[in-house]
Amino acid sequence: MPDTFLLAGKPFTSRLIIGTGKYRSFAEMQAAHAASGAEMVTVAVNRVPLDRATESFLDHLSPEMQILPNTAGCYDVEHAVRTARLAREALDTDWIKLEVIGDPVTLLPDNEQTLQAARILVKEGFIVLPYFSDDLIMAKKLLDAGCPAVMPLAAPIGSGLGVQNPANLKIMREQLPDATIIVDAGVGVPSDAAIAMELGADAILMNTAIAEAGDSASMATAMNFAVQAGRLAYLSGRMPKRLYASASSPIAGAIN
Amino acid sequence: MNVILNGEKKEIPSGIDLESLLTHLSLPVKRVAIELNKEVVRRKDWESIKLSEADRIEVVHFVGGG
Repeated sequence: MPDTFLLAGKPFTSRLIIGTGKYRSFAEMQAAHAASGAEMVTVAVNRVPLDRATESFLDHLSPEMQILPNTAGCYDVEHAVRTARLAREALDTDWIKLEVIGDPVTLLPDNEQTLQAARILVKEGFIVLPYFSDDLIMAKKLLDAGCPAVMPLAAPIGSGLGVQNPANLKIMREQLPDATIIVDAGVGVPSDAAIAMELGADAILMNTAIAEAGDSASMATAMNFAVQAGRLAYLSGRMPKRLYASASSPIAGAIN
Repeated sequence: MNVILNGEKKEIPSGIDLESLLTHLSLPVKRVAIELNKEVVRRKDWESIKLSEADRIEVVHFVGGG
């Protein structure tokens, strides 16, 4: 049976969602997107420059990719809601990655304002995918508010530190067995992605780990493998951890 | 008359509508969205909405992001 990833009722084959920021060139971004196997990419809403002609960034994305606009750079409910509405009008999509940031140094989310914004946007018919701190209680509140998935961070955005609190992710998975959990932000290398998936994340959203890699396309391939490997491992069920050895070869019958 | 467009003070023809404003300033029209005084304006209404002095307009598009 194929292991389909259902997000807000929409089936995806890939459990990797990737960003479009920080790439050194459009060609590099396109190669990385193709190599990643991702079917959805994030984009940011930004003012049109008034002093020069601009080409549409979206023209550089494969038409097969689902576009997920974000509310990056918003520090309060009002800006996040306004940004989401603008994104919906421009792209004709109800999907929004909700970010309400609490502080410019850590870019850690303001969970309280994220929840408030989520409630408003859900009422307006948005499919709200909220980025938030890896906290079970906040996850429950966001799900209760009508978010079809929650997106806890692994570590600060762009930090590449990997899963800093595996226990939180594991608790979230165990306590919310039916929720869709997407780990968003903080993955640095494929092993980080694999760990998040092994802990039971349904998918991973990443940007910098691929965009800032020496060879983005090659790293995108590696991330694709890692997400698949971690997913398979989670479904397979890991062996128990033991403090002491457990022989793999029979002890009885060894010559002496 | 003067308006605030994308955070900048801008002199534009009096009574111009939103659709004409984009053309007048050579701004892109595809896959952009406009907000007038903090309310999104539906694309179908661009032509009929005339701007007034001191209006605050945001014209946005998409850029790379995570």
